[in-house]
Amino acid sequence: MPLENASFPHTHLLGIEGLKEDEITQILDVADQYVKQNRRTNKKKDLLGGLTQINLFFENSTRTRMSFELAGKRLGADVINMSTSSSSIKKGETLIDTASTLNAMRPDLLVVRHGSSGAVKLLSRKVDCAVLNAGDGKHEHPTQALLDALTIRRRKKRIERLTVAICGDVLHSRVARSNIHLLNIMGARVRVIGPPTLIPSGVEKMGVEVFYNMEEGLKDCDIIMMLRLQTERMHGGYFPTVSEYFSLYGLDYEKLSHAKEDALIMHPGPMNRGVEIDAAVADDLTRSAIQEQVEMGVAVRMACLDILTRSKRGDQK
Amino acid sequence: MSKYVLYKNTRLLDPKSGLDIKGELLTKDNLIADFGDTVKAPEKAEVIDCNGQCLCPGLIDMRVFVGIPGADYKDTIENTGEAAAAGGVTTVCVQPNTDPIIDSIAHIEYLAIRAKNALVNFVAMPAVTKQLQGKEMTEIGLMSNAGYQAFTDCSSTIDNAALMSRIFKYAAAFDAMVVQHLAEPTLSKNGCMNAGDLATRMGLPGIPTAAETLVLERDVRLLKASNCAYHASQITCSDSIEVVKNAKKSGLNITAGVATPHASLNEYAIEDYRTFTKLSPPLRSEEDRVAVIKALKDGVIDVIVSGHDPEDPESKRVPYEQAEAGVIGLETLFSVSLEMYHNGSIELLELLAKLTCNPAKIMKLPGGVLEVGTPADLCIFDLNSPHRIEPEKMVSITKNTPFDGRPVQGRVTKTVVGGVSVFEYVA
Repeated sequence: MPLENASFPHTHLLGIEGLKEDEITQILDVADQYVKQNRRTNKKKDLLGGLTQINLFFENSTRTRMSFELAGKRLGADVINMSTSSSSIKKGETLIDTASTLNAMRPDLLVVRHGSSGAVKLLSRKVDCAVLNAGDGKHEHPTQALLDALTIRRRKKRIERLTVAICGDVLHSRVARSNIHLLNIMGARVRVIGPPTLIPSGVEKMGVEVFYNMEEGLKDCDIIMMLRLQTERMHGGYFPTVSEYFSLYGLDYEKLSHAKEDALIMHPGPMNRGVEIDAAVADDLTRSAIQEQVEMGVAVRMACLDILTRSKRGDQK
Repeated sequence: MSKYVLYKNTRLLDPKSGLDIKGELLTKDNLIADFGDTVKAPEKAEVIDCNGQCLCPGLIDMRVFVGIPGADYKDTIENTGEAAAAGGVTTVCVQPNTDPIIDSIAHIEYLAIRAKNALVNFVAMPAVTKQLQGKEMTEIGLMSNAGYQAFTDCSSTIDNAALMSRIFKYAAAFDAMVVQHLAEPTLSKNGCMNAGDLATRMGLPGIPTAAETLVLERDVRLLKASNCAYHASQITCSDSIEVVKNAKKSGLNITAGVATPHASLNEYAIEDYRTFTKLSPPLRSEEDRVAVIKALKDGVIDVIVSGHDPEDPESKRVPYEQAEAGVIGLETLFSVSLEMYHNGSIELLELLAKLTCNPAKIMKLPGGVLEVGTPADLCIFDLNSPHRIEPEKMVSITKNTPFDGRPVQGRVTKTVVGGVSVFEYVA
């Protein structure tokens, strides 16, 4: 069956955990098509004409929200952004009441980001439409892992058997968790590198090798995924100083030299230059795929919106 | 004129004396008058045929939260009493975190007045520190002399070591007991489940078992200077069990409890962020759960509690991190505990001791035994009847049970408090 018509066995996209290899491949294949479409002058398609997409962000976000907004608009959906600063959520409305209210307006797609792990899943149980998790607490951020996978696959032509190092603040990172799941499902070797205080306990049971020394951890790596140091989630001393952190765990050319010569550098953004990554390394277009990740983000989100509405659009015919 | 009731055709179980015989029991007014193979009863006695079912002392639950005063939308005294009666519990030990907080004789007396017409006995466990703030001790001497000798800050840990050391010395002089909640505040802060690989996977902040054991170890160290009576309210992990075991061996006056969820569920019960599984201390690993069962069998853990804590739906229908901790348990305490007997982990009398004579002894209460002249607080139960736990059939106003749909074996069929029947199971 051509992928354009293939069905998808999940109603929502709440996380990478629980997806199968061929389901991920399907999303990436469809996304590849949208990369082409997005590079044309006319980027618009009327696939989701008449459908309503609500972006509901309980946490601040610029790039993820814009990426989802652009993805919806390029597919012809009516996209509405709901920011929590001006809404009744500020007035004490519960998450479930907000969900019921929005549900009554009959949206077809809800894109939700929330500061608490599991909150998007809780909301998905109370609505009738497809829900996309745009990040829940420290739990998952599935579209980020998918766009990372698409970037890797396009650059390296495969994901299987690559060695990927995820570096930095793994403890507070939903991006790290989604990537660990996805890379394991796709058959990559996954390492996490960071100070012991930022590596969550028992993470090796998720299928990773843990390194506290960055030079050792980067040895023979194909992919280096840097994580943003989430200082806003840190309530207390996780490491002594930013300069010690940069000196031990910041990616510079010296540390980079321990990885494979053609190792690819990635970062989910926004970057803290001089904290987790050296500015020159980040801007090195021969090594860094950071801009490409942003481009792939729109395509992957278009693919997710497309795939999750297929059964619904099929019903209309 | 005295009222006599004869309970015939029953299996009498008294964990304190080890009695386990087919026999009869006679009550006179509010007291047990006689029991044995056959009992000579006055002609006018009311006769109740128990159809071979078991009869044991009424259960004593050392950890029950009530909504009255201050939060009657969660719960009422009457409702707590009904739930207790339905669970075979004849005495509930009320935690002091009501509004106002039970931290003086006046508040104890207020609870006694409010609970006068409740179906079961309500015993206040006053606060150790004023307003549960962990800063100044309450009037431990006056309350002890008035007969209330078990003090607790219920869900708060007294983390000031200097204060705790003085409390132990002071309380010991009045034969008072300190019941400690074990959760080192800085390690427990923001945490909402057991620390470990599952918490990492779910992205939830974890509470390590060290948060529990650390406080316990410190208290044991301090107790060596005073030998105050001490009860670890709930222990949930093998490290804590070791500490209690060694402290008992060294002769300290220490006892420990566990709540039914920690003995029957592990951290995986959280699955899809079910807030009805959020507890303090949190549900632990399977290894720790198994260690808890063994500690019950070995006598390291003396008491099983329900930790009954009604929470209104609004505080549970939120993301896991924001949800209140606490589950109801009065109606499931007995049948869930019986699992340990049915699966061969523990003998029936040993198990019943954790629910009757042990808490009675620790709380210095007159019940919990089958002895002539003690209160006629009784629990009659069908040991084997299989059924499922159905929240919608419970009498508790709030339904926050983690045991929804769980198959269990054995149920309370009749509860008697002070010689009066307060609950009868109707199929």
